Formats: sequence, structure tokens, C-alpha cells
Amino acid sequence: MQLTLWTYEGPPHIGAMRVAASMQGVHLVLHAPQGDTYADLLFTMIERRDRRPPVTYTTFQARELGGDTAQLVKASVTEAYERFSPRVLLVGEACTAELIQDQAGALARGMGLPIPVLPLELPAYVRKEGWGANETFYQLIRGLLKPRVPDAGRRPEPRPAERRPRANLLGPTALGFRCRDDVTEVSRLLASVGVDVHVVAPLGASPEDLLRIPEADFNVCLYPETADQACHWLERMFGQPTVKTVPIGIGATRDFLQEVGRVAEIDVGDAKAANWSRMPWYSRSVDSTYLTGKRVFIFADATHAAAAARICAEELGFTVVGVGTYAREFARDVRACAHRYGVEPLITDDYLEVEARASELQPELMLGTQMERHIAKRLGIPCAVISAPVHVQDFPARYAPQMGFEGANVLFDTWVHPLMMGLEEHLITMFREDFEFHDAAMPSHLGPRPAAGRSAGAALEPVDAQAQAGASATIWAPEAEQELKKIPFFVRGKARRNTERFAEEQGIQTITVETLYDAKAHFGR
Amino acid sequence: MTAPRAARRDSAPGNDLPVVARERGQRHVFCGLAGIVWLHRKIQDAFFLVIGSRTCAHLLQSAAGVMIFAEPRFATAILQERDLAGLADCNQELDRVVGEVLDRRPDLGTLFLVGSCPSEVIKLDLAKAAERLSVVYRGRVRIIDYSASGLETTFTQGEDACLKALVPELPPLPQGERSLLVVGTLPDVVEDQFGRLFAELGISPVSFLPPRHTADFPPLGSGTSVLLAQPFLGESARACLARGARLLSAPYPFGIEGTLGWLRAAADDWGVSPAVFDAAMAPAVARAERGLAHQRAMLAGKRISFLPDSQLEIPLARFLHRECGMELVEVATPYLDRQLMMDELALLPSGVRLTEGQDLDRQLDRVRSDRPDITVCGLGLANPLEAEGLRTKWSIELVFTPVHGFDQAADLAELFARPLRRDALLRI
Repeated sequence: MQLTLWTYEGPPHIGAMRVAASMQGVHLVLHAPQGDTYADLLFTMIERRDRRPPVTYTTFQARELGGDTAQLVKASVTEAYERFSPRVLLVGEACTAELIQDQAGALARGMGLPIPVLPLELPAYVRKEGWGANETFYQLIRGLLKPRVPDAGRRPEPRPAERRPRANLLGPTALGFRCRDDVTEVSRLLASVGVDVHVVAPLGASPEDLLRIPEADFNVCLYPETADQACHWLERMFGQPTVKTVPIGIGATRDFLQEVGRVAEIDVGDAKAANWSRMPWYSRSVDSTYLTGKRVFIFADATHAAAAARICAEELGFTVVGVGTYAREFARDVRACAHRYGVEPLITDDYLEVEARASELQPELMLGTQMERHIAKRLGIPCAVISAPVHVQDFPARYAPQMGFEGANVLFDTWVHPLMMGLEEHLITMFREDFEFHDAAMPSHLGPRPAAGRSAGAALEPVDAQAQAGASATIWAPEAEQELKKIPFFVRGKARRNTERFAEEQGIQTITVETLYDAKAHFGR
Repeated sequence: MTAPRAARRDSAPGNDLPVVARERGQRHVFCGLAGIVWLHRKIQDAFFLVIGSRTCAHLLQSAAGVMIFAEPRFATAILQERDLAGLADCNQELDRVVGEVLDRRPDLGTLFLVGSCPSEVIKLDLAKAAERLSVVYRGRVRIIDYSASGLETTFTQGEDACLKALVPELPPLPQGERSLLVVGTLPDVVEDQFGRLFAELGISPVSFLPPRHTADFPPLGSGTSVLLAQPFLGESARACLARGARLLSAPYPFGIEGTLGWLRAAADDWGVSPAVFDAAMAPAVARAERGLAHQRAMLAGKRISFLPDSQLEIPLARFLHRECGMELVEVATPYLDRQLMMDELALLPSGVRLTEGQDLDRQLDRVRSDRPDITVCGLGLANPLEAEGLRTKWSIELVFTPVHGFDQAADLAELFARPLRRDALLRI
């Protein structure tokens, strides 16, 4: 048993629903009790979808557990087939049905429907939502395309010289983070180097579209969390190469184009100049110097976390002080990324651990999911959301991709705006006792909400208190304590700990104002 | 073709009560776990530990609508493969998790162990676990179990299961004393309003279940009269009866008529004279009528359908029809407890289309062909119906909002009027 207060991912059948809901002509029969129907609201409320996900739940009840449940599966399959006329039927079991072992998939297969019926294994007590989406997409691709796999050793025909290269964009799903706009942006990016997008899947695709996947020259694995298994299989079976770079950030977008050029055997030299992004210039402009060395903690799905770390370090001049992911299946990528920036990776799906790490690191900016947004709010740290799990706010009405050159513009705005602007920060440091510019004031452009700032300050206190308790040998002289209060609140906890550590190392019993500044010089920040 | 699973049976209960059509098919409702979202806010020192799957945890945080990020007083002990394979003794694991919760929250008065679909299917005995843990934590925290599994409970029934589990914990009411016990979660503001009205009528002592704190568990005995504030508490009511209490029969306190009938049941039981009763109620009724008049103008003559969800459908239909002049197209309810709904059914217009149970797709077909002015449904269905040009009201708002009593009658009507007003406003 695992004690869970909040969860980053739902169970694996939610992943299956995300794939089914992304597509046209696909229906999912889910063997599950009535309570599991809550999942509809994720799609219709969070993403404001205008139709129910294409799911029929068997909604078995206690009185049916005796033996009617298998019959219920068959009846639900018949009903779903007749009412919705799907061209592919997926059949899966949620956590409770897995325990009663009706073999829903096999039952449905045995019914002789004139359409492909694909059973899904969704081990609810081992796996989670991301895995479920990845597996479902893979089973769909494999289930539909297996009969078309060419004989072993037969390589795909080379592309006729007069035909533009074609790419499939694989991985965007319902309830994914900004998938809708990323698809548009990446299509535009590919068009700029003369590559046509052939099939986008699962988002918006029909079963017939999936059958056309092998006609493209290569696949773009846009969201590895949902598409890496499918891409891998297509590569092995159809000899379709995979473009693996995820184009989030200026550098990654250039690398992506480079990789596309190599795979498609085309010249992409002109396009790499980031000609339609303002982000490089904005980052170089003098106003941005105040971004230098801002301490950032990143926690997200693996793809967005790793991409964010690179952007922070190379494109905004931040200091990455922590990076982590809840997506254990992709932990390796995040470990490598953490290694690159010399920090300890945090691989966990326990949000309390993330909160503990955040309050320990005292970052000046958090980049995370909706969970980190709440953690940051409690700790009084500015935050921007960069990844699923999603919230209704993560489906903005405006165009707001994360990928490509326009995506880089969006990232610059959304990550930089929560921060205190340059001159404002200086003024707060200079005039500590100012009644409007006091340290609990919010950045002025975020509105007059001093109360939030104060409670945030209060939320930090326990951390400080703990630090004090830990270093009970040293005491703070009143003037030093007073001086400490003049340090901006978002680095005060760290300053306190550093000073105490310094005092301990130096064998200083009473921390004076002198000690405080000696420690500051010692740690060089 | 008629799918084998779906059945629609009509029953004529005799006398003048409406005919009820029974449907069986795909249901579209929360399970009883959803009740934790309001119960944990009401009982301020209670913690709800669901023993279930990741689905349960996901449901709880999704049903909460927004993630309430003040440290929640609910959590899920997620069963894992090793628990199911018998590699880990579930009971030992549960003890460990309970220890973790109590370490984090030393301030708790009551810990609920809440059963779920998976814990029911693997037959994890939470009653025994609660007994065992009660011995360990005696004097520190009360540990109580109930099941909110979706195999047995529908949405608000979770509250019924929770309150039923509290009944044996209530201290005995001394022989010869009497008391009024109001059963059902009410917002604090409404509870206080009712408290003042009961005091004016000279009815005392009055207590409420669930209480705001574990220390305030109300007494229960043969001198207790039970008044249900919510129409979904049949099991809790019967548990009170088993301890000798009497159940007062009344409509539910929605709207002026319902609230009057509800308070009158208590007043009659206490022997309050009609003249005193009328005099005490008059100012509140007059105020409520003034408030309601504004909303009535918007609602009168409009057609409404209820999909089965919160179990509040029948009393709300009665209110909207009789006090707001709405036309009832269909009133569906997840299940019908005739004993509890007797007074309400008698107030429904004859010939109303009343449905018990659900067959989702057929029901949506009926909504599409009826095209009511407003449809009351679950969150998952609201936007799809809106996209088809139908106005909707989410039923979950009805259990999260103060809607009982005189002073909320207008607010209750406003919940239904708002989508119509908004529709009239928008020009996009």
C-alpha cells in the first residue's frame, strides 16, 4: 500500500481513454463499476471537449458479481457497436474488473464483430496513466498495421526525387499539455523546410489514417511518453526512422531541424536561424540581465522537464538547482539531464517529496505541473506550469504552443513574467522598510495582493524554524537577525542556513552582522 | 434491436403516487467516495483514508473539481500488486499507513477507513481493521470504517454509509429525556439558521449529525426524534430507529414549502401550537417569498429534465414545479426509497415522468428529443449537452452550495435561473 494524497497520474485505463478520445471512429468498452465514469469529466470539463469520450462503461454492481458480469461485457460490446458504429473497438478493464478476471478482451474478441477488436492489458496495480496511453497507442498501431508489415529484410522504397518528404507526428493526445498548438507549430516548422505532415496521431486521427502511417518517410516522436513504443515498432517493422529530438526551446528546435534534415536527406541550413522567434533577442536584451543565475527547480514529465532544464541553462541564463520527474518509465532521461547540470535528480510520484525538496532548495522559480503550482503557492515561490497533469487553465483559448520558434516566445513570456522585474527587484533590495515595496509584496504587475505574500512568508517559517532547531549550537545576535530580515524573503531561508553552516564550520557561537556578511562572501552569492 | 442488458419496467404503486419507470443499463454517476469531498470539510477533525486503487485517488482529486491544496484531510492507501499477490499482508500494510497518517496529523479526532470497489472485491475486512486499530489508538483517535464502493453506493449514498457508521458511536440519550437530531450534512451557515428557528419554536435540545468536531457527537436514544435534512440517508435513519429513535416524516427542507413542512414535522412532534408555529415562521417565509419572486419570473413555464445523479432530484423537482412554476419533463433518480420519499412523491404532479435507475444513452436520446430548457446532470455530461444547444445545471453544485432552508430558497432557484439568464445575455 502506498499512502497518496495527490497523484500526478491516473490509472492506466485513463491513458487508454486519452488515446480513444483523441481519435475518430474508435470506441472503448471499459469493464468498470459506475464510479469510474467520473473520468468523462476530465475530458469535458478540463479540456472543455464538446462530446463525451467514446467510452461505454459496463458499470457492474455488487449484485452482478455472482456471475452476470461476463454477460454484461458482451451486452455492452453489442450495444456500443450498434449505437456508435466504430471502425475499431478497444476493450479494457479498470482496476476492479481486473480483479474479477472476466477476460473482457477475449470475450469481446470471441463475439465475431466485423471490425478489429483490440483487447488491452492495463495492469492497474502496477502501471499508470502515461504507460496506459503509450501501450494503447502501440496496440492500436500494431493491431491495425501488423497484416501490412513487409517481409523481413525488405527496405522501404526510396523517396521519388520529385515528392516532398513526408513525416508523421506521433504522440499528441487529449489531455496532453498544449498538444493542439504544438501540432500546428511543428507542422509549420516542417513546412518551412519543405516537409509535409502526413498523419498526426492519435490526436484527430481515424483508423484509416493509422493505416496510412507507413506511407511517410519518417516519424516524429513528438511526445515520447505516449509514442515511443509505437515509433520503435514502426522503425523495426517498416524501416521508418524516428526523429527523436523534441523541439522545445531554440536550441532543441534547431537540433530538431538538423535531425529532420539528416533523416529526410534535405538541406535545412536556412531554417535554423530562428528567424521568427523573438526569444533569442529578448534573452540578450539588457532587461534580461536580471534573469542571470535565477535559481530554478523543475519537476514535470520527463520530456518537458529535460527540455526546460536546457532552456533555463542555455537560453535564459538561469541556474538549474533541481530537476525531476514523476514519469518513472523515462527516469533515465531526467537522470542524464540532472547529471549534465550537476544536480541530484528527483524521481518520485509523491508530491510531498517534491514539496520537501522545493522548500529545501528555496528556488526563485518553479517550473512544474499544476501540483507544483500549488506547492509554489504555499511556499511563496513564483511558478509556471510546463507539463501535464493538466488543469482547465492549461487549455488557453489563444494559440500557445510550447514547441518550435513560436513556442520559445511563449516560454519566454510565461516563465519570465512571474518573476520580479529587474528594477523592481533592485528597489526592494534598496528600500527594505518601504511600506509598498516591502518584502512580502507581490510583483506589482501581479496585482496588489500583499496578503498572499504575507501568508507565503508565514509558510516559509516552519522551514526556518527547523533549520534553527538543527543548528541549536549557534545563536543569532538581535542585530544579525534584524539584518537577515533585510534579505529578500525568497532567499532568506537559504541565507539563514548558509550562515549557520558557515558559523558552525568556523566554530562561531554567536552570529553577528559580521558573520552574516562573512558567510555571504564565503558562499559567493 | 433491444440490447439484452437494458430493461425498462413500469410500476404502478397504487394510490395516487406517480408511476415509476425502472431502467437498467449503463449508469453515469460518481460512487460514494465523492461524499468525502464535503464530509471532510464538515467534520473538521476527521480524516478519510480510502483503501483502494489509483482510480480512487484520481476520482477524489477530480471530483473535488479544483485540487484543494490546503493539506487535504483525505488520502488513498493505494493497493499495489504485492498487496494483491499476498506478498504483503494487507493488514500489516494498513497499520503502517494508518501510523503514517496519524504521525502527519496528530490533531485528528476521527479516522475513517473507507472501503472501495477493489477492497470489497478482495474482501479486505475493514471492520476488523478498525477494531484492531481502535485498540492501538484508544484515547487518541476514533477509528471507524464504512464502504463507499461504487459496487454498492451511488454518489450521495456515500454520506449515508458514513453517517450510518457513526450511529453506533453516538452516546446514549438518558432515559426520560428527549432530543431532536437533524441528520445530513448542512453548511454551517444553514445549520445555524435552523438552530435559531428551532430555538424560536422552543424545540431543544437540537443536535446535528455529522457534528463539526468529534467531541460533539450527539446523544441518541428512544427519546430522540430524527429529522432528515437530506433525502439520501435511508440506512442512517434505519440505524437510528434500531436504537429506539423515531423518524419524523416530512418533505425535505428545499424551498419555502419544503422547509415549512420539515420544520412543522418537528414542531408537531414537540407539541408546538399552530399559532405559535405560524407566527414564528411568518417573517422568514415573507422574506423568502420576496427573494424567490425574482427568480420565479425567469423560471416559470420553463421545462426541466433531471438525469439521475445526486438523489436530490425528486425534492428539487417538487420545489421547482410548485414554487417556481417549472414544467417537469422527466425526473430521474438513481434509486427510489419510497419510505423516505413518501411526502415528496405526494407533492409531485400526477403524470410526471419518473425514472428510477439509468440507461445512459437512451436517457440522452430522450433529452435530445425532449429538448428541455434546462437539464440537471453530472459534470461529465454538461458540456456535451451544452454543445448540442441545451442548457444545463451540474448536480454536484447542489451538494456543495447552501441550498436548504428559507433564506437559501432564492439561491437554490437562482442556481437554475443562472444558465437561462446567461443564455439570454450572450450574443456570441
